[in-house]
Amino acid sequence: MSEGMALLTVFVLAVFVGFEVIAKVSTVLHTPLMSGANAIHGVILVGAIIVTGHATGTVDLGLGLLAILLATLNLVGGFVVTDRMLEMFGRGRKPPPRADADDDRSAPRA
Amino acid sequence: MSGNGGDLAYLVAAACFIIALKGLSGPRTARAGNLVGAVGALLAVVVVFVVEDLDHLGLIAATIVIGAVAGVVASRRVAMTAMPELVAAFNGVGGGAAALVALIELRDAGSASTLLAALFTVVVGCVSVAGSVVTFLKLNELMTGRPVTFPGGPVLFGAVVLADLGACVWAYQVQPDPSVMLAAAFVVLLSLAVGVLFVLPVGGADVPIAISLLNAFTGLTVAASGYVLGNTLLLVAGTLVGASGTILTRMMAAAMGRSVASILFGAFQGGSTAGSQEVSDRPVRSAGAEDVAILLGFARKVVIVPGYGLAVAQAQHTIHELVDMLQKRGVHVVYGIHPVAGRMPGHMNVLLAEAGVPYEQLMEMDDANSEMSSTDVVLVVGANDVVNPAAKTSPGSPIYGMPILTVDDARAVVFLKRSMRPGFAGIENELLYDPKTTLLFGDAKDSLTKVLQSLKVL
Repeated sequence: MSEGMALLTVFVLAVFVGFEVIAKVSTVLHTPLMSGANAIHGVILVGAIIVTGHATGTVDLGLGLLAILLATLNLVGGFVVTDRMLEMFGRGRKPPPRADADDDRSAPRA
Repeated sequence: MSGNGGDLAYLVAAACFIIALKGLSGPRTARAGNLVGAVGALLAVVVVFVVEDLDHLGLIAATIVIGAVAGVVASRRVAMTAMPELVAAFNGVGGGAAALVALIELRDAGSASTLLAALFTVVVGCVSVAGSVVTFLKLNELMTGRPVTFPGGPVLFGAVVLADLGACVWAYQVQPDPSVMLAAAFVVLLSLAVGVLFVLPVGGADVPIAISLLNAFTGLTVAASGYVLGNTLLLVAGTLVGASGTILTRMMAAAMGRSVASILFGAFQGGSTAGSQEVSDRPVRSAGAEDVAILLGFARKVVIVPGYGLAVAQAQHTIHELVDMLQKRGVHVVYGIHPVAGRMPGHMNVLLAEAGVPYEQLMEMDDANSEMSSTDVVLVVGANDVVNPAAKTSPGSPIYGMPILTVDDARAVVFLKRSMRPGFAGIENELLYDPKTTLLFGDAKDSLTKVLQSLKVL
């Protein structure tokens, strides 16, 4: 298998994994999920490091360093901000404050 | 391009990203999932230093440190209310990074397919950058949240897209001649213009969906740069984000009762700006804080509908206090949370959880709606579009079809509003003029504090 074909195979399989992996998500988690996915594409940092490390001219080096800066912002900031959003969810799970909440729910509707 | 050890580590990192996305889709596993993703990313970055033979190591390391510190500070410091803007900004810089990587590789692209992939990355990366800037400005209210349309907009958009494609063809033909960079400069400028024109017509309430779509775009650019560099990890990670981001975009649109196409092109077709403009000077019933306190204090059942206005006024803690006080009086109180309350799906849950509101008091829209007809008072704090009956009754309205909290089923509705200004989507709310509606004007926090004080002496 040629390298191009191998990459294409990986691409197609990854498309299916991407579609399947988030089948059902509660609306509450839409924002953190978007933010987490956003952080993951920050791995473009790997690409930015590779091109910068092999840069020969000053212009390429400058552009590469800029790419590294932007990608690091995306990657680090993305994961930290997602964690900060999700931090809030864990805290809310306490025993119900009112035992009679269910009674009210079954009350006849006027 | 790297030894087997490096490829193996990239495979582990890719698996981490899949586990991360899976984890992020469930409430119990979300935080752990995010952590797994971060570990995968860290692994990938460490590995690239080990397996690649790199120059300029000092500069690279210094830049990473600067970026990391800035990223942590920005994401730690920003207020929870400004979270959507920050996600938009991070998405934009990611797209920018991908576009820069592709620009550098453009001259060296050896085959037709890598050249095409590099051009694709430059185009879509720039669209993502410019689009993210516009969404950022819209969310930050630095520019209007209304759909921006102008005569000939669709024609201009089409023309710019065609010109952009033309510039791409030019770049494709002259490569590997150095003049490819001139063509690339045109591609960059035109793609930025495409990004701006693409997002301008999106209405304020739909901006999160545009961000999600741009997020998927950035994922695809990362995948394409992975192809250009022959790097499997970038290919897999980018494709995962592109695919899951597309699904997520559709789910978010579905939660608002919209299709992605109608959001993006609705304003282009002119239908989306048809808000009802005729009202405004009709009488409304406004009341003082004492009246609202009496209404709430003697109710049996109250539903609180929090909106972005609550968050802007930083009134989460005050409303929490008010609810505690009402519960001490024996009033049954829950929060009715619209899926897109705040600026993004789930945003309000995060804001209230931060203020210490117990999870059990937060009721999702469908559950809250089945409670409405037995509810005495609905207290709407800084929300408007999510309770606007126009979504059910007026087919011409831009929000028609969006699921809403049916607060008009309750016996009385109290709005805490800053002014009669329409909501984020810029549409008049008929419910404000309903006889059973009472308005209390003022900053949400001030109003709530006054109501709280009146309630204490009741």
